[in-house]
Amino acid sequence: MNFREYKIGSRMFGVALGGSMCITLLLPSLDIASVEATNVSMDKQLTAGYETGWNVYDPLMLGHHKPIKVLLKTDPTSGKAMEPEYAYVYEKGTPFPGGVNHPNNLGGRAQRLSLSIGKIGEAHSGAGAVFLIKTDDQKRAYIEDATITMGWNPDAVLKAAGDENVSHAGAGKTLFVREGCWWCHTLLPEQTQDWQVFGAPPMLGDFNGESPTAFGSDRKAPDLLHVGSRNSSREWMMLHFYNPRLVQPHSIMPRFDYLWGEVDAEGKKIDYAKWDSEFNAYRAGKRDVPPDVPTYAANSEVRWLIDFVLNMK
Amino acid sequence: MFKYLFSKNEAIPAGSSAVYFGFSAIVWFVIGTGLGAFNASKLAFPDFVHGLEFVSFGHMRQVHVHAVIFGWISMAFAMAMMYITPALGNTKLWSEKLGLWNCFLWNIGLSVGLTVLWAGMTSGREYSDFPWFIDIYISLFMALPLGVNVWMTIINRRTQGIYTTNWFFAAASFMLIIVFIVGNLPEYFHLTGLTEAYLTWWFAHNILGLWITPVAAAIAYYTIPKVTGNPLYSHRIGHLHFWSIVVFYSTPAAHHLMSAPLPEWLKSFASVEGVLILVPAIAFVSNILMTMEGKWNMFVENLEVRFTVTGALLAIPLNMQGGFQQTRAINWYIHGTGWIVAHAHLALLGFSTFMEVAAVYLGLQTILKRKLYSITLGNIHYWFLLIGFTVYWVSMTIAGLIQGAGKIYEVPYIDVVIAEHPYMIARWLGGSLVFLGNCVWLYNMWMTTRVGTLVPKGRMPHELAYER
Repeated sequence: MNFREYKIGSRMFGVALGGSMCITLLLPSLDIASVEATNVSMDKQLTAGYETGWNVYDPLMLGHHKPIKVLLKTDPTSGKAMEPEYAYVYEKGTPFPGGVNHPNNLGGRAQRLSLSIGKIGEAHSGAGAVFLIKTDDQKRAYIEDATITMGWNPDAVLKAAGDENVSHAGAGKTLFVREGCWWCHTLLPEQTQDWQVFGAPPMLGDFNGESPTAFGSDRKAPDLLHVGSRNSSREWMMLHFYNPRLVQPHSIMPRFDYLWGEVDAEGKKIDYAKWDSEFNAYRAGKRDVPPDVPTYAANSEVRWLIDFVLNMK
Repeated sequence: MFKYLFSKNEAIPAGSSAVYFGFSAIVWFVIGTGLGAFNASKLAFPDFVHGLEFVSFGHMRQVHVHAVIFGWISMAFAMAMMYITPALGNTKLWSEKLGLWNCFLWNIGLSVGLTVLWAGMTSGREYSDFPWFIDIYISLFMALPLGVNVWMTIINRRTQGIYTTNWFFAAASFMLIIVFIVGNLPEYFHLTGLTEAYLTWWFAHNILGLWITPVAAAIAYYTIPKVTGNPLYSHRIGHLHFWSIVVFYSTPAAHHLMSAPLPEWLKSFASVEGVLILVPAIAFVSNILMTMEGKWNMFVENLEVRFTVTGALLAIPLNMQGGFQQTRAINWYIHGTGWIVAHAHLALLGFSTFMEVAAVYLGLQTILKRKLYSITLGNIHYWFLLIGFTVYWVSMTIAGLIQGAGKIYEVPYIDVVIAEHPYMIARWLGGSLVFLGNCVWLYNMWMTTRVGTLVPKGRMPHELAYER
């Protein structure tokens, strides 16, 4: 029997699929690779660190090996008061974000400035580093490694800042991804509307070095990209995470009480069952006020998550 | 089945891997829709089950999605390939042993992958949520063996030409591997930023466009002619369908990110290509409906034909939505709302699932040589699926339109949540009906293997009368 070999068809298939990939992958990636990083994307990647999806540094997604963002009010070397400034502290062994590992991610100009003035090429994650976002005399943003340029080491910076100025927003973003917050809360105000309530849509260079971007596609809840500007109350966030129905009776958000862990801020064991029964009594009209929400411990997961949410300005 | 994993290939009965894949698919369908219904209950009643991380909505949503896509749909596809490819090549499957190992590794990989997702270990990228070590496993141990078996069976065929269904099977199983490798590049090489965002949707778009849609359609190209006895209406329209899928369906990935700051040329290009998906869509639907000519009585009388044609009819609203909702003129209103959720279920639970259900019904009866245990249970399955899906689709479409209105008028979000509540309850009821229908199906199929009427050699199952 004379078999047909489909030679022309196979070649046509290769050409069609290859052509399609050229247009949808090669050309866009060349275009996107040339995007200049804004200070927003520098802040986001320095806050979140290397990766907040699954990665080998944090395989169980516990928020480990993450940078710490601090608001610095005193100079860590001299101890004198200084103009408040955000510093991104990478303790020994914390992996650096994409823009520091591969400065070409920052786009042409920011890359040049970050390497020449900011010295990020000399940063070494084995030794730890403290990064700052600086602007040059023409207001062009770049990343600076203060460990190299000013001799700030991570421990001294954390000590100078004090716990009240420390934000674990990076670890919080890992929890944001792990707990699936982004299945309902988008991080993408849309260009055609959303300006008034959810704030300005992101710009082209606002994502360099960030992974995952976690835009979200199925908005069942408010957009959170600028939520820290709308509501900056840590107290409200705490109540809302423990049981959203405490502050918004119609909310369909799940309770995140389990992120409190075993003990509260004073080290007392949290009795979830008791809280539940008291809350049920309140809802049934048998109590006048709902039970008090336990204050979270300083190293609890919910603290990190609240840090992340409040950090989204 | 397990004893055959270490038997000689010749000692394994023909069709074993299809049976193994078929039952795995049905079990995953029950699990996947059960999870879906449970998730929906949490959207309607957020305090329903609470306090445990493992049953929180954010941990379970992706498990539902991946259980139905890679458990139900993809394993039903593999099942169809295992028995349709050799049947159309007038030959045996190239290797039943490879097929059985493929199914075994598939179940293992999927169980591990879903457990990992359930624990929250996710890449954080929608549809490519699996961490990269699972993605590599899927490419090498799930997709590649399937492709090898299909390609080798086609190469060793005993017919001169290759029938339409087999072009699609061969090409789609190849494209599945490519999509898994290329779409997950951000995870393998830690690509970040807009590249990551864009490739996330490149993967999501193409897993639907180059795997699910073409294979579902290819199955219908087999089922309808086979059961009705009519030849396919037009081989040439099949050509048009195939080539336009490759060219038009592989290009519009960016239309999922119309409101993100991607390059404008890319969004415009994607949008135009997105409308052109109507070409393969119309080619497919018209080809199937024209093949039914003179046999429309079977739409009522025959379960497999009824499922397949219902799927083809559901492809009409699916593609009318899909072609136009991604244009800028419409997308701004419905983007990110329940409308999209409804559309996704129209594609996967409506169009595609109905095709696969027919293929699994037909395949299991043919291979096992047993007539379906009960037509009543089969009918219950059909109506539970159709009514459950319709309730879901209508309620989510309405909820999406409410959300869209709330979005453009910037209504306080909580008012949208309140307005959507009845539709969330309806969605849960619809999903539960689908889940119940599938439980019935599993029972019916199991009883078929035990006590179904034996089909004599040389007869098709549908030529026999039902006994129950």
